[in-house]
Amino acid sequence: MNWHTLLFYLFALMSCGFAIAVVASSNVVRMAFFLIVSLASTAGLFFLAGAHFVGAMQIMIYVGGTLVLLIFGVMLTAHAAFVSMVTKSSDWVLAAVFGGALLGLLALTAFSVEDWRVARGDQAAVTSSEGEFASSIGQALMGMRVDRLSEGNSQLEAGMSGYLLPFEIIAIHLLVVLIGAAYLARTKRRVGSVTEGVQ
Amino acid sequence: MSFLTDPVGVSHFLLVGAVMFVCGVVCMATKRNGLGVLMGIELVLNGANINFVAFGSKYLRSESLGLDGQLIALFVIVLAAAEAAVALAIALNFYNNHATIDVDRADELKG
Amino acid sequence: MAEFINSFLFPDQPDHWIGVLITALIHVVMIINVIAVGALVFIWMERKVSGRIQDRLGPTRVGGKFGWLQTLADGLKLVAKEDITPGQADSFLFKLAPYLSFTASFCAFIALPFASGYSWSSGWAAREVNTGVFFVLAVLGLEVFGVILAGYASGSKWSLFGGMREAAQVVSYEVPLGLCVIIPVMLAGSMNLVTIGDMQEGLFTNWFLFHDPFTFCVFWVYFTCAMASVNRAPFDLAEAESELVAGFHTEYSGLRWSIFFMAEYGSMFLVSALAAILFFGGWNGPFPVFATLASALGWEAWPTTGLLGYVAGLAGVANILFKGVVGVTVMIWVRWTLPRLRIDQVITMCWKYCVPIAAVCFAGALFWQYNNIWFLNSLHPARSRAEVRENWSVNELQLLTPSALHEVGESDMAKGIENEAGGQI
Repeated sequence: MNWHTLLFYLFALMSCGFAIAVVASSNVVRMAFFLIVSLASTAGLFFLAGAHFVGAMQIMIYVGGTLVLLIFGVMLTAHAAFVSMVTKSSDWVLAAVFGGALLGLLALTAFSVEDWRVARGDQAAVTSSEGEFASSIGQALMGMRVDRLSEGNSQLEAGMSGYLLPFEIIAIHLLVVLIGAAYLARTKRRVGSVTEGVQ
Repeated sequence: MSFLTDPVGVSHFLLVGAVMFVCGVVCMATKRNGLGVLMGIELVLNGANINFVAFGSKYLRSESLGLDGQLIALFVIVLAAAEAAVALAIALNFYNNHATIDVDRADELKG
Repeated sequence: MAEFINSFLFPDQPDHWIGVLITALIHVVMIINVIAVGALVFIWMERKVSGRIQDRLGPTRVGGKFGWLQTLADGLKLVAKEDITPGQADSFLFKLAPYLSFTASFCAFIALPFASGYSWSSGWAAREVNTGVFFVLAVLGLEVFGVILAGYASGSKWSLFGGMREAAQVVSYEVPLGLCVIIPVMLAGSMNLVTIGDMQEGLFTNWFLFHDPFTFCVFWVYFTCAMASVNRAPFDLAEAESELVAGFHTEYSGLRWSIFFMAEYGSMFLVSALAAILFFGGWNGPFPVFATLASALGWEAWPTTGLLGYVAGLAGVANILFKGVVGVTVMIWVRWTLPRLRIDQVITMCWKYCVPIAAVCFAGALFWQYNNIWFLNSLHPARSRAEVRENWSVNELQLLTPSALHEVGESDMAKGIENEAGGQI
C-alpha cells in the first residue's frame, strides 16, 4: 500500500468519525472538541490533495479562528442547563432516515463516474509547482492566472482575469462583518433570571 | 465495484465530503442548542470544501479544476469565518435577551 | 530517506508505507528529543536566571555544583505524583487537554527547518512545507485549545477564567503576529522557511533584521507578540498566580501538569527559532565561514555536496539552536524583570500599539523593497538562488510575456497583500 493511501484513510476516518461524534454527542463542549479534531483532519486531507495553502488556511482560520470563537460562545452560554440538551427521539429517527437517504444518494453519485474513481496513473509526473505553491494562488487573487498561460484554448481565456474582484468584495465584506458583529454583540444586556429558560 | 482502491481517486474524497455534509445537515436538524446548529453549518461548509479541493487536485485527475478549486475553497473558508462571527453575535444577543440558547424557543419576531 | 529505507525492504515499491512510517518515527523521535531536552535545559535555565535576578543562587545540589540535574529530579517527582481528577471535572476533556496542547506544539516543529539543504535538495526539516511560516503559525495557534479545554473541563472558576483570558489574548495576538511575519515573507518572496533562511546568506548585514529600519522595528513587535501568544510573563494572564491561583492548570497535577509545561517551553523555543529564521539569518552564522572555505578550496559550486556540506549543515543546526536559546533566555529575563499586565492592558497593547506599529512597518518595508533601496545588504546573489529553488511561476510569466511584469518587486507586493488578507481574519 502507498503511504499516501494509508494517510488518506487515516485522515478520512478521523474526519468522518469525529463528524459523526459531533452529531451523536449531546454535550456542547465535547461537540466543539470533536469538531476541532474533525476539521483539523480535513486540513490533513487538503495537504494530501496537494493544496498546502488551503490546508494551512483551514488550520489558521477555521480551526484557529472560527472554532476559538465558537468555543468562546459555548463558554459564555455554558449555563448548566444548556450544556447538555437532549433531542427528542422522534427527531432522531426522522433525521437518521433523511440523512441516510441523502448519504446514500451522495455516495452513489460520488462513485458513479468511472473517471473519478481511480487516480491518474502518472502521479509521479505531477510536479509540485502545480498548485502547491502559494505564489500562484496569490497571483490569481491579484488577477493573474499564471497556471492558465499555457492554455491555448480561447474559451478558457475568460478565466484568465483571476479573482481580483471577488477578493476585493470579500475584503469589504469582512470589514462589514467585523463592524456588524461588534455592533450586535455590544447590545445592552437585559437583566433577567437566567433560569427562566430552563424547561 | 471496489471501494478500497490503492491510489485513492476523487470519489474517495467525495465520499468523505458527503459524510461530513450529511453529518452537518443532521446536526443542524437535530440540535436544539443554537451553537450546535452553528457547528452543523461548519461541517456542511467543510464537506463542500473537500469536494472543491479534491476536484482541484492535480494528483487525482489530470483535467482538474486546478487553482480554481483551491481558490473557491479559500473563499468558502473566509466566508465561513465571517458567517460564524455574525451568527455567534446573534446567538449571544439571543442568549442575553431570552436567557436561553434553545433554538426551539426562538419563536417571537419581536425580541 | 523513505526511499532509502524502502530500497532495502521493498525494492520495487519506493513509496511503500512501511518505509515512510519508519522515516516518520525517526523524525518524531528527533523532534520529541528537541522539545524534551529543550524543556529540561530551559527549566533549569529559568531557575538559574531567576535566581541571579533575585540575588540568590538557584538550584545547587542535584547533579553537581550548578544543579543541572534539578529538572530531571523534578520530572521524576512529577511522574511519581498522584494523578488527580477533580470530581467536578469533565474527566474525558480534562485528561485530554494537556496532550492537545503538546500535540499542537509538537506539530509546529514538523515544518521548522534546522539547516538549509546543503547536501540534499530540501532543508533539514521533518517535512519542508512550501507554506512553512504560515503552517507553523497556524499550528501553534492550536495550542490555545488545550488551555481553553483545560480551563473549561477542570470545573473550577479559576481555571475557567484562565481559559477565557487565554482565548481572548491568543486570538487577538494572532493578528499582529501575522502582520509581523508578513514582512520577512515579503522580502524573501516566499513562505518557505528554507528559502527565507537561504536568502539571508552571507555577512550578518544580510539578515532581514538589518534589511531596513522597518524590519528592525518590527522584530521587536514580533518578539512581544510571540511572547504573548505563547503566554509567557508579562502576558501570562492565563496563569496569573496572584489572582487566579494557577489559572488554567489549577487542578492539574503530576505528569499532565508537566506536559503543559513541555508544550509551553516547546513553543517558546519554536517562536524563538522562528524569529531566528525570519530575522536573524536562521542557520547562517554572522560570517560565511563555509562559503569562504569552499571558495578558498576552489569549489565554485555552492551549495556544496558531500562532507563539507554536511559539516556546514551541522554548523547551521548549532547556529539556529544557539539563536533559539538566546531568544528563550531573553524571554526568561523579561519574565523575571517585568510585572504582569492586567487583561485590559494586554488587549490594549495588542490593538492600540502592536497592530498599528506592525502595519506601518509593513507599509514602510513595502516602500523600501518596491523602490529597491539597498541599505546594508547585498541580497542579489542569494536571491537568484532562492528563485531557482522555488521554481517561481513569476519567471514563467516573464518568459511568456516580458511586458507583463517589469520586476520581481511587483510580485512581492502581490504576495504581501495576499498574506495580509490571511492575517486580517
